[in-house]
Amino acid sequence: MELTLWTYEGPPHVGAMRVASSMKDIHYVLHAPQGDTYADLLFTMIERRGQRPPVTYTTFQARDLGGDTAELVKRNITEAVERFKPKTLLVGESCTAELIQDQPGALAKGMGFDIPIVNLELPAYSKKENWGASETFYQIIRTLLKDKVNEIEKINPKRWKFLGRRPKVNILGPTLLGFRCRDDVIEIQRILSEQGIDTNVVAPLGSNPDDIARLTDADANICLYHEIAETSCEWLKRNCGMEYTTTIPIGIKNTINFINEVHEKLDLPLTNQEELEHKSKLPWYSKSVDSNYLTGKRVFIFGDGTHAIAAAKIAKDELGFEVVGLGTYSREMARQVRAAARDLNVEALITNSYLEVEDAMKKASPELVLGTQMERHSAKRLGIPCSVISTPMHVQDVPARYSPQMGWEGANVIFDDWVHPLMMGLEEHLIDMFKHDFEFVDGHQSHLGHTATKGTDNKEDDHGQSNINIQKKGNVIWTDSGRAELTKVPFFVRGKVKSNTEKYAISKGLPEISDETLYDAKAYFG
Amino acid sequence: MSKVELNKEAGPREVFCGLTSIVWLHRRMPDAFFLVVGSRTCAHLIQSAAGVMIFAEPRFGTAILEEKDLAGLADAHDELDRVVNDLISRRPEIKTLFLVGSCPSEVIKLDLATVAEKLNKRFLGQVRFVNYSGSGIETTFTQGEDGALKALVPLMDSTDDEKLLLVGTLANNVEDRFKKLFNNIGITNVESFPPRQSTELPKIGNNTKVLLTQPYLSDTVRDLKHRGCEIIYAPFPLGVEGSTKWFLAAADAFKISELKVHEVIAPLANRARQALEKHTEILSGKKLFLLPESQLEISLARFLHNECGMELIEVGTPYLNKDLMETELNLLPDDTKIVEGQHVEKQLDRVRASNPDLVVCGMGLANPLEAEGISTKWSIEMVFSPIHGIDQAADLAGLFSRPLKRNQILTSKTLATH
Repeated sequence: MELTLWTYEGPPHVGAMRVASSMKDIHYVLHAPQGDTYADLLFTMIERRGQRPPVTYTTFQARDLGGDTAELVKRNITEAVERFKPKTLLVGESCTAELIQDQPGALAKGMGFDIPIVNLELPAYSKKENWGASETFYQIIRTLLKDKVNEIEKINPKRWKFLGRRPKVNILGPTLLGFRCRDDVIEIQRILSEQGIDTNVVAPLGSNPDDIARLTDADANICLYHEIAETSCEWLKRNCGMEYTTTIPIGIKNTINFINEVHEKLDLPLTNQEELEHKSKLPWYSKSVDSNYLTGKRVFIFGDGTHAIAAAKIAKDELGFEVVGLGTYSREMARQVRAAARDLNVEALITNSYLEVEDAMKKASPELVLGTQMERHSAKRLGIPCSVISTPMHVQDVPARYSPQMGWEGANVIFDDWVHPLMMGLEEHLIDMFKHDFEFVDGHQSHLGHTATKGTDNKEDDHGQSNINIQKKGNVIWTDSGRAELTKVPFFVRGKVKSNTEKYAISKGLPEISDETLYDAKAYFG
Repeated sequence: MSKVELNKEAGPREVFCGLTSIVWLHRRMPDAFFLVVGSRTCAHLIQSAAGVMIFAEPRFGTAILEEKDLAGLADAHDELDRVVNDLISRRPEIKTLFLVGSCPSEVIKLDLATVAEKLNKRFLGQVRFVNYSGSGIETTFTQGEDGALKALVPLMDSTDDEKLLLVGTLANNVEDRFKKLFNNIGITNVESFPPRQSTELPKIGNNTKVLLTQPYLSDTVRDLKHRGCEIIYAPFPLGVEGSTKWFLAAADAFKISELKVHEVIAPLANRARQALEKHTEILSGKKLFLLPESQLEISLARFLHNECGMELIEVGTPYLNKDLMETELNLLPDDTKIVEGQHVEKQLDRVRASNPDLVVCGMGLANPLEAEGISTKWSIEMVFSPIHGIDQAADLAGLFSRPLKRNQILTSKTLATH
């Protein structure tokens, strides 16, 4: 039993729903009680989908348990097939149905339908969402291709040359509720087509069972998200000889590595290697002088395996940050994340507990956090800027604009999204340089001038409370001179100066803090 | 009994389970913690419905059953014990801990009552443990509150004092308002259940008169009756009409004259009717279809028809308690079609065929219906917003007029949807 206040991943049948909802002409009969229908809102509210997920919930109730729940399953299957006329039917169960062991998949297969039926067995008490998505995608491919693979020859990735056509590949792994999948797919297809490579099928996102059946028309596979597609890619390699790429094209270096890998697999000469360096603005933006201040910024990274590893590489090699923490909730990718962490001399954090992540974040004292929506909230509480790089999805992670993470445009998006939360470089220098000027003495003034900020000056108001909250600390009293001097300290360090000075005064046994004490403390702490 | 048309329907549903009510119960009683004993699905459901991320540490969580917990129940009980110990040492401010049963815990027959009893002995004087089921195989959405309140009834001390007990979670500001108005009417001893602090349970007895604020509390009502409480049957305090009749029923039980009630209520009612006008302008004559979810549907239908002039196509409700709802049903127009239960596909067929102007539904269905050009109001907002009472009548109407108004502004037919 595990106490969970919040979880990064849903149950495995939600992963199955992600695959089913990503596809067309497929229906999923889920043996589940009524409450499980909450999962629909993930698609209709977070992704803002205008269609319901193609899922029928059998909605068994306590009073059905004594009777024949198997009949209930069959009735729902019959109705779903008649109503939705799917080309392929997925049948499975959620956590509760797993306990009553009706075996809905086997029931469905015995009902005499002339469509392929995929029996999904997703252990709800040991597995999670991404595993469920991966397993569902794999089972669909296996069911729809298992007869065909025995008939066809092993696929040689160079065969396009003999067939007299351009090379073509499948892009595997993008799903609904995956991080920016919608736009990554467009970006990757664009990059491939620039290189003279066609896309045969994108799946699961936007595909239908007929597309799955023609996966073997491609010369190779692109495994775009390991969490979802690696098992399928492995199966296609083992059974059809289809090679697949493993580089995730996030960041400039890995986009170039990815293009190289695709070319190697297909034995296609790469003609425009030098051009690639200039396809994105990230390298120049990162080199331009304004970015000098980015050097060595301490960054803490946590997310799914794919995005966390990619982020660490970009942070270190392409933006010149220092990675002070790296972790993932994807246990399936723990090995890869540990390896990446070793290269960065940090210890990998593999956990499902957001509280542990917040704790590690606090200890690492980063200047920027790259994480999930949960880390965004944790970072906000700690006053650290944050950019979101990974699922679980939030309505904000489905922006209206084109906003990929992969490829050239993905690198542009990443530069903006990671750097904007930090104070802009020049601005930071200016504020530091002019921090003793009156404009900065009490916080950023309004552009409207001093009339707009009346009442926020340093005098105590009628209630005897200053906006510099000076109270007795222990036995230490702030004198008027001490108080006046403190107001001259720039607002963004004032709190620290105040507490340091008090600490100093207490340690020296001083009864009060004057302006001189403040300077003594400043000298003492350096 | 009015001549409404009562139908029953069974089939696949699109509703939340009772666990969802934790989302408002934990806000009502900030010294309580709700520990669901369930699966990853339960945890995911609550976090998806509740926006958990905004809390530093929420006052609800899930003890997620794992494979080894299913192997032997004895071990599961020990495991739950361990989880509770950890939780209490981490959160010493917890005064009441609700052990909430779920679909999987009910199916494997995890005995939460026995666990609670043991824990009560161990943590005597520190934390109180109660248990109830919010499982989706037994409860729908708001019924979870019924379970939680029923579980608290045995802990309520007895008294012979005469009092009015308002039963059902209210927004704090609405509760204050009601108490003041009852005071003005002449009922001075008014308490609420659930209380704002889980440890400050009201005392009950033969002279307690119970007035429900929510229509979904059948089991709690039954147990309160067993404890000698008198139940005041009335329409629910939604809208001017419902609220006025609700006050009148209470006054009647306390032998206070109608005149006195009208004296207090009339100025409020007049003001509220004026405030309603701008919404009625939009809502009047529009066709309304309510899908089942919160059990507030019948009261809402009564308000939207009688006070806002909407036409009722169909009023769905997950469950109908005829005793509690009789006064409401009597206020509905004859031949109102009420459907208890759901076959979501057939119901959506009827939605499309009847071409409604507004559909009240759950969040899973709202955007898909909008994409078909049908305006919607999601029902979960009804349990989060202060909608009770005369002063709130215009706000309540506003929840329904806003989508229609927005639709007019956007001339939605030209917008592309996905």
